[in-house]
Amino acid sequence: MLKYILKRIVWSAVTIFILITMTFFLMHLVPGSPFVSDKTTPIEKANMEKKYGLDKPLTTQYTIYLGQLAKGDFGTSLTKKGRTVLSIITGKLPYSAKLGFMAIAFALIIGIPLGCAAAIKHESLLDRIIMLFTTVFISVPGFVLGTLFVVIFGVLLPIAPTTWEDIPANYVLPVLTYAFYPICYITKLMRSSMLETLGQDYIKTAHAKGLSGFAVNFKHALKNSILPVITYLGPLTAFLITGGFAVEKIFSVPGLGRFFIESVQGRDYPVIMGTTIILGSLMIIMNFFVDLIYSFVDPKIKLR
Amino acid sequence: MDKSNGKPSKRINPFSMHINPAMFERATDEEKQELVIMRRSTSLWKDAMRRFRKNTFAMVALGLLIVLILFAFVGPLFSPYDYDQFNKGEEKQGPNLVHPFGTDDFGRDLLVRNMYGTQISLSVGIIAAALTVIIGSIYGSVSGFIGGRTDNIMMRIIDIIYSLPDLLVVILLSVTLRKPLETLLENTEWLKGISGLGAPFFSMLIVFALLYWGTMGRIVRGEVLRIKEQEYILAATALGAGRAKIIRQHVLPNCVGPVIVTATLQIPAAIFTESFLSFIGLGISAPLASLGSMVTDALGGIYSFPYRIVFPALLISLIILAFNTIGDALRDVLDPRMKK
Repeated sequence: MLKYILKRIVWSAVTIFILITMTFFLMHLVPGSPFVSDKTTPIEKANMEKKYGLDKPLTTQYTIYLGQLAKGDFGTSLTKKGRTVLSIITGKLPYSAKLGFMAIAFALIIGIPLGCAAAIKHESLLDRIIMLFTTVFISVPGFVLGTLFVVIFGVLLPIAPTTWEDIPANYVLPVLTYAFYPICYITKLMRSSMLETLGQDYIKTAHAKGLSGFAVNFKHALKNSILPVITYLGPLTAFLITGGFAVEKIFSVPGLGRFFIESVQGRDYPVIMGTTIILGSLMIIMNFFVDLIYSFVDPKIKLR
Repeated sequence: MDKSNGKPSKRINPFSMHINPAMFERATDEEKQELVIMRRSTSLWKDAMRRFRKNTFAMVALGLLIVLILFAFVGPLFSPYDYDQFNKGEEKQGPNLVHPFGTDDFGRDLLVRNMYGTQISLSVGIIAAALTVIIGSIYGSVSGFIGGRTDNIMMRIIDIIYSLPDLLVVILLSVTLRKPLETLLENTEWLKGISGLGAPFFSMLIVFALLYWGTMGRIVRGEVLRIKEQEYILAATALGAGRAKIIRQHVLPNCVGPVIVTATLQIPAAIFTESFLSFIGLGISAPLASLGSMVTDALGGIYSFPYRIVFPALLISLIILAFNTIGDALRDVLDPRMKK
């Protein structure tokens, strides 16, 4: 067990290192400079580049950057004068994280019961309605759904707030948009897994020894079918982190996703790298924890 | 062969294990006829197609897909407008008889722009899936066939690509590749014909090809590992066939089912990513039309022209829905493990 955990930690670290290296070299291969505008003269540009160390050879810049990272220093933003990348990220991350966690919770609360209901009432009208609904809506991209929500609740029935304020009302539509795809996915996952479990012999035994339908479904079946949903939590986090780029744009949330897109367009190297590294590491670490949880929930799985 | 009528020429030992030919009779022509199989044997493909046709949902999706393809590739031929044609004096119209989907702020006909957008989405999806099939099946079959340490290393490489946050890398790569591609498209003579599609189109394809072949590689490897233990491979090896020939003639044709299923499900994923990138402003950009960038445009004028969102939103969702349904149905008919 300990060996497995150590192995996974090393593996995650290697992946993060590859991510850092790749991001660094990709960013610096991009032609175009953050200091290009109509007013800057070549001399000014050269001075700016010297100030931020962009005139040194790429490999030197790379080792300098790695050294700074090791000290927890992500550098300073090139476009937002004097602000460190870390301070910008820590200022923006709470909004994105709040949205993400609410969406995960919402998706689990709605998706698991829906999937169970569909499986228990297999082939009934309820099952068919749920399946039709999830099949159709799993194909609607989040950004399309979000834009439609804005049209419906912001324009046609103007009940949604139009400007961003950090109040609960402003979280309703973004969380709904975020959670829609995961709800459909979790419902499908839960339904098929539950159907498989309900066909097992021990469920028949449980029924035969006179347990109530409720006890069988919830104590035996649910517990044994929830595993795929747990596995899905890892990709789900990744989905929500990247999904944020669009959702935050639509609902003008001042979160990290929207900021990332802006800095890609503005070629703010330190910010792009800092954001990529933090978001990427977050995903990699989440996957690591999901694997661990997985092994605790299901003792059948032998960790290699 | 007249032995059955005459006396046996030798005395037969009653305990002999040898079969006495005298005990046999020749089959009559009638009896032979009975053993001929009258029904034509069905191949895997015919069987699969028959069951696919029985799936109503899948057939509806297939019909929908054909309509969408016609809309995207044939539709623009019948339109009097071009996707980047500014029609002076016809700006900001709602849906009407001349412009069924309305016009945008520059007077461009939105119907024809939606057609082009669908065309781009479908092309990106299909080409990207084709690229993953090519790369994935070569990589997977080499890895599975060689096996051992090579296989292990090749699979770890896929693991690494998988653990990278894909959309972040896609964004970085497509931004990085754009400038070099632009210069390449402008300066290379034989690329002139396709340079109208723009650098973002090609950078997206390259990114898909680089990042999304992993699933295909894994699936092909799994199939190859299974197939290479079969007797007919042993027979081919014994007959002196080389590795390349065995892969080409015996292994790949036998793992075509899972490959088709994975590729079909890869298409909607690529289309989704394309429209998503275009939506956040990092994909296809003006004057070219993409369904994603049209949703962005609609979002910009959402209070004045809310109806503009309807068509691109509907089209993206329908394309993805059609491919998802067809892919699921194909998986049901082509994956033998799903057979009841």
